[in-house]
Amino acid sequence: MSVAAATEAFLDVRNLKVSFPTEDGVVSAVDGVDFSVRKGRTLAIVGESGSGKSVTAQAIMGLVNRKTASLSGEVFLDGEELVTARPEQVRSLRGKRMAMIFQDPLSSLHPFYSIGKQLVEAVRVHQDVSKDVALKQAREMLDRVGIPSPDRRLKDYPHNLSGGMRQRVMIAMALLNSPELLIADEPTTALDVTVQAQIIDLLRDLQKEFGTAIVLITHDLGVVADLADDVVVMYGGRIVERGAIDDIYYRPEMPYTLGLLGSVPRMSAGETSRLEPIPGQPPSLINLPKGCVFRPRCPYHELVPGNRCDDERPDLLAVTPDHAVRCHLEPGQRREIATERLGAYSGQANAPATTGTAGMEEK
Amino acid sequence: MGAYIVRRVIAMILMLIAMSMIVFLLFAALPADPARLTCGQRCTPQVVEANRVRLGLDKPIYEQYATFVKGIFTGRTYGSGTASFDCAAPCLGYSFERGEEVTDLVATHFPITLQLVLGAFVFWIVVGVSVGIIAALRRGKWQDRLIMGLSLVGYSFPTFFIGLLFIFFIQIRWGLIGFDGYVPFVEDPTGWFTGLLLPWITLALVYAAFYARLTRNQMLETLGEDYIRTARSKGLPERTVIGKHGLRAGLTPIVTAAGLDLSLLLGGVVITEAVFNLPGLGRLSVDSVLQADLPVITATVLIAAGFVIVANLIVDILYAVIDPRVRLV
Repeated sequence: MSVAAATEAFLDVRNLKVSFPTEDGVVSAVDGVDFSVRKGRTLAIVGESGSGKSVTAQAIMGLVNRKTASLSGEVFLDGEELVTARPEQVRSLRGKRMAMIFQDPLSSLHPFYSIGKQLVEAVRVHQDVSKDVALKQAREMLDRVGIPSPDRRLKDYPHNLSGGMRQRVMIAMALLNSPELLIADEPTTALDVTVQAQIIDLLRDLQKEFGTAIVLITHDLGVVADLADDVVVMYGGRIVERGAIDDIYYRPEMPYTLGLLGSVPRMSAGETSRLEPIPGQPPSLINLPKGCVFRPRCPYHELVPGNRCDDERPDLLAVTPDHAVRCHLEPGQRREIATERLGAYSGQANAPATTGTAGMEEK
Repeated sequence: MGAYIVRRVIAMILMLIAMSMIVFLLFAALPADPARLTCGQRCTPQVVEANRVRLGLDKPIYEQYATFVKGIFTGRTYGSGTASFDCAAPCLGYSFERGEEVTDLVATHFPITLQLVLGAFVFWIVVGVSVGIIAALRRGKWQDRLIMGLSLVGYSFPTFFIGLLFIFFIQIRWGLIGFDGYVPFVEDPTGWFTGLLLPWITLALVYAAFYARLTRNQMLETLGEDYIRTARSKGLPERTVIGKHGLRAGLTPIVTAAGLDLSLLLGGVVITEAVFNLPGLGRLSVDSVLQADLPVITATVLIAAGFVIVANLIVDILYAVIDPRVRLV
């Protein structure tokens, strides 16, 4: 990495909890999540819909409505704690030191304002510059994210652009004030596959250039393989496995992670390999079971003696200093299962098919 | 956009022509004989027939219609010989019931409706939209409940009841406002204001209540949109997020509703005009219906329809100006 990567975590999330009281009970969307990201590094948060990954991102950005949700734990951005900070303080950091891009760029851009207006506004809220200077910055950033004829695009409205161009505009808007942390919430989900690859390449290039810390939220393991250095797998509002990218792809241990890997197509897979969906539905986050949250969908719970999977919530335990797993199975058993299942998926364990064009070169 | 407007104006004219034909046909099908209505109780058949000829009612319906249309553009002449009289363009007909030209009747009654409606419009938009925004921002809090509760009451109470309450308490019981009724502005500005104040408030209350609900719902829907989250994620202060990004999108549908409601009322505010004894277009319509004064009814119906049709066009054009996604083609 050309950028001097700080050894200090730029973003440090500790025991983050977000819950929403509803008429049916308390929804614990995020329940005790810890992770950290350094500058120039990418952390992927992976999980199905409803696993709490988007809420985690919004909690970091201070976008969770504090009137309807209760928040606890700590979020340190460059050492500054945000959960207990004044909202005004968090606001002044939003869009400046930390920025976010969203899943659906069409609905995330204001339909009534031109691209130029929306970009200029983003510049001027944090920089005391004239409209002309802001417009020039906006123009340069559009150019930088690969939008052809940026002058014309500034006058366009979001509905005039294609999906990929709109997401580039979103990325440009997020990067205008050179944030040190970029949170990308499913940045490619709403896009065509070829456009996905372009956006991923763009994010990677921009990260190299600016040394941004990226938190990538996705359910797409192909995108993860392309971009991430570290991976956190979330299920039912909790982290169930965390590790470096190779730990997750080559040495996964948690049955849920295995399930996720098994439901992704692989380039190297033989003709006989089948995609295996994870049976069942993600848990309702109201009144979670008292044992392992994944127990109802786990094919291996019978291998655990007693009713531990039903009665006892497993802890997130380290297997190596970087790799931790939340599972009652013995480490030996887990590895055996993983070897068997990964073998079945691909013959030889391999990372999933990448969607990026340059994804494999770095691995 | 220019071509679009031309096309819409042509469609509008065709619509008005169709409207006027339908009104004409409807009245021709009515059992009431307009010629019989032109003279009183002891009317001889001879007089009725004479009047029928004078009015042109002996002619076929399409000829009557042609004369009516011609009257609007070039004026027309009623009767013939010494008993004839001219009705200058734009001639909307002649009311034998009142012995006046319909155009003059409309010209004296319409300004009163216009003043009543515009005053009420300002009141209901200002009050309705602002309390609707407050309710949306204080969703679930006591302010929201109070505003929504009051608006339900305001929306449920009939206009005539609210009007009568005002008259009873403010004019009769407390004597705060006199019974002078409508006074033209040029004669007495203060009297004009006090005369119209209660009708304004009465008419505006129902609409303010409705607009408060409409605004609240629109704002709540808008504030849940992804682009509002984006605005927050940029670090914009909350007042910009709501005051600029939220209002711009949330109030757009209000413009449509306001334009159409305004146009509906300009055709005559029947109940409020009746309760406060204001000689507006609504009163004119009701009186004409009660007296089967067909030329006046025809004119008032066409004028009311004309307002709605024109307002529709204006609202559509306005919408394209406000919302860049709308293409007028």
